[in-house]
Amino acid sequence: MSETPVKVVVDLSKPKGQRESIIELTKAEIKEQTAMAAEAETQRIADEAAQAEAAATRQAGLDKLIALGLTEAEALALTR
Amino acid sequence: MTMTLIETITVGSGGAASIEFTGIPQDGKDLLVLLSARANTVQALWMQLNGSNSDFSGLRLTGTGSSVIATTETVQVGFINRSSSTANTFGNAAIYISNYASSTAKSISTDSVNENNDTSALQNINATIWDNTAAITSLLVEPQSGASYPFLEHTTASLYTIS
Repeated sequence: MSETPVKVVVDLSKPKGQRESIIELTKAEIKEQTAMAAEAETQRIADEAAQAEAAATRQAGLDKLIALGLTEAEALALTR
Repeated sequence: MTMTLIETITVGSGGAASIEFTGIPQDGKDLLVLLSARANTVQALWMQLNGSNSDFSGLRLTGTGSSVIATTETVQVGFINRSSSTANTFGNAAIYISNYASSTAKSISTDSVNENNDTSALQNINATIWDNTAAITSLLVEPQSGASYPFLEHTTASLYTIS
């Protein structure tokens, strides 16, 4: 890897063979990308936690229905 | 229908934080990007249109190999391979953008996989809208944190117009 990250820019308005440029990212671009990635990671963790909580709540409900005497198939049918 | 290859780019030995097509010709109806990619550490694939990461909203459905995830997304349009994936393999993504030169919101559909010889291998579909009326003149794809975790060498991106 090079010291400074680079981006590949392909200018399609130019003739073939002259289109590709390899350009170093500016400090502002690096900062923006890093901030966006951190934000996305925070969101991903929150989404996964919310999905896990929803799955746990659903399972707890199923368990209670089964404890009341329903079969698993009957309990699942009620939740669909 | 005519599918025209506009350009194919292969990332060189230094890697690349992103691949951007600019000056996209406006004579097509739809755009298709085919990506064969591997990134360092991260596997989420992001997109920008006309230099913007705003106005995106979408839905994602992912099979992980052991579970299913359905969630909302913005700029994330798929998954690619990362450095922990099976050696020398690359993920694939196809990004289809309808009516890219129009003055209406753009609909984007993506399917992607990350190839991995393990239980955990993602299969993914995204439905995204770019709620912007500007004609698309540039398109950028990047790993989630390309500045830190760039596309690796041999990653390729091809841009097609469909007319």
